[in-house]
Amino acid sequence: MTGPERDPDDGRRETEHWLVRPSTIRMLWIAFIAVLGLTVLAQLVIDVKGYFGADGWFGFGAVFGFLSCVAMVLAAKALGVLLKRPEDHYDD
Amino acid sequence: MTEVVVPPALILLAGAVLVGLTRGAARSAVVLLAPLATLWAVWQVPDGVAVTASFLGYEIEPVEGGALRRLFATIFAIMAFAGGLFAFRQAKWYELAAAHAYAAGAVGVAFAGDLITLFLYWELMAIFSTVVVWCGGTPAARAAGIRYAIMHLLGGVILKVGIEGVVVHTGSVQIEPMLAGNFDTWMILIGILINTAAPPVSAWLADAYPASSPTGSVFLSAFTTKSAVLALILLFPGEPVLIWVGLYMVFYGIVYALLENDARRILAYSVVNQVGFMVCAVGIGTQLALNGAAAHAFAHIIYKALLFMSAGVVLYRTGITRCSDLGGLFRTMPLTTLCGIIGALAISSFPLTSGFTTKTLISVAAEEQGLALVYFLLAAASAGVFLHAGIKFPWFVFFQKDSGLRPQDAPWNMAAAMLLFAAACLLLGIFPEPFWALLPYPVDYDAYAPGKVLFYLQLLLFSGLAFFLLLPLMRRTLTITLDTDWLWRVLLRRMSERMLELVQSTGTRLLEALTRFGEQQAPRLRRPFGSSGVLGRTWQIGPTALWIVILLSAYLLLYYL
Repeated sequence: MTGPERDPDDGRRETEHWLVRPSTIRMLWIAFIAVLGLTVLAQLVIDVKGYFGADGWFGFGAVFGFLSCVAMVLAAKALGVLLKRPEDHYDD
Repeated sequence: MTEVVVPPALILLAGAVLVGLTRGAARSAVVLLAPLATLWAVWQVPDGVAVTASFLGYEIEPVEGGALRRLFATIFAIMAFAGGLFAFRQAKWYELAAAHAYAAGAVGVAFAGDLITLFLYWELMAIFSTVVVWCGGTPAARAAGIRYAIMHLLGGVILKVGIEGVVVHTGSVQIEPMLAGNFDTWMILIGILINTAAPPVSAWLADAYPASSPTGSVFLSAFTTKSAVLALILLFPGEPVLIWVGLYMVFYGIVYALLENDARRILAYSVVNQVGFMVCAVGIGTQLALNGAAAHAFAHIIYKALLFMSAGVVLYRTGITRCSDLGGLFRTMPLTTLCGIIGALAISSFPLTSGFTTKTLISVAAEEQGLALVYFLLAAASAGVFLHAGIKFPWFVFFQKDSGLRPQDAPWNMAAAMLLFAAACLLLGIFPEPFWALLPYPVDYDAYAPGKVLFYLQLLLFSGLAFFLLLPLMRRTLTITLDTDWLWRVLLRRMSERMLELVQSTGTRLLEALTRFGEQQAPRLRRPFGSSGVLGRTWQIGPTALWIVILLSAYLLLYYL
């Protein structure tokens, strides 16, 4: 399990991978936002059945997914303040 | 005519022994063929009790068939095969042997027709999974293995207490649905829940699994928790407390995985998260929910093993599991990256993957029962799974920044195992019907109703957006997160150390007090007993002889009187 040698200059010497070029990343963001918009707009055509009322509202899945993730990240962050310890916490 | 049924677990157990006895190509053949032979045997077991025996005066049923049991045994056998394929050229032979015996325990539990058989196979799993943890080979693995063993032996004792109680009070060793209504059934429930990594002992899973070898965690992710889910389906369907236990596990897994830096620990926390969905489904308890729990367990074993395989390859090639040290591996590990992404999409229940066709069964079951809160919490949790496992794992390991690491891609056998399971994730997602036919209850469900697909796409893609917008909040830190196991790893140890100190200091103080007492008494004792005291000084022979004569005469006189 010997790891390959680490060379921080490696990345600069070889030509940058197309996937990490700023132009590609910008394109990916544009495509991503377009897809996000489409999944919401598609609800104009496709009926999302609401089992409990609210879940049938326009764009509910999008807002609910986004907000619950924000809530979970913030909750984790808050808990982390209390519970995070250095990696060697349990070492004798 | 009665057909002879081979207990499938025994084939894997024989495989475990043979792995130890053979060498080279023969050993490889055993590692790969024993699970396939087991799979064949699984499908030979007819419905109903197939093997009976007498054990300590009880009529036991070591092999009982049925759709649900066959489903779990099938995936256990497939898992043993794929794990063997992944590991057979890299893992030590004793890890492979232990993995076979461990898988045999899971297959045995799947077919156990009575509580005694269940318990025996349960302990078999506990013992050999501990050995698999130990095969990590590091001091940390040894310590984690001991903690793991203590937890599972304790769970076994609790389960045993419950089983004894049920057997004594009902006279039956049968496995049949029960509710946690009295001491006996509570003990059984708690004993099983310990193996699902339920609160308050969830920490054992993320403690032990990531300490194992790159190949060991693949086996560990599959058997213990899922055989416990099967036991819950068989014994506690519709037990309401399980809904809330499951939901707790779901969110516990997400929050702890979000805080975690170690790639394999992220995956370990997400095991708890996924098993939470299944436990919740068992709590809902309808036919649809139980179908969902069983189907999700089946799918979960595949995509979770796939995720652990991709993390295992990374660890095998780089020796690193910390996200903060990884990144950019997609350049030289395209296959591992692709398989990791497929596993990540499947665990996130993305449409066209196995997670989508199985986990939505659970949501629909909650909806049919009118459990609005459960339904919305499960939806939020689905978003959270995409967040902590679906994007976080592949992003930090394979993309993120350029770590400068340029490791080779997976060895051929590891690649083959990953491709097999990646294909299974997609097949179960795209063509769920043949799989649904294997479920214990009939399925009348259209997973790909356009509205449902759209709802989940919105949910998942916008959690993706949340992930990338909140990336600054998720900077990896070189930390671990305290869990309830702090209570016994630190508090209990400190308390016992304090107790030891207390005993020692009390002993010292007691001795000191005694010495002081002696010193105080010494002058008073010196008067009669000292060298000049009546009883202590030396006497001359003459008076001594006289005294002896007087005493003996007195004795004689007294005797004749």
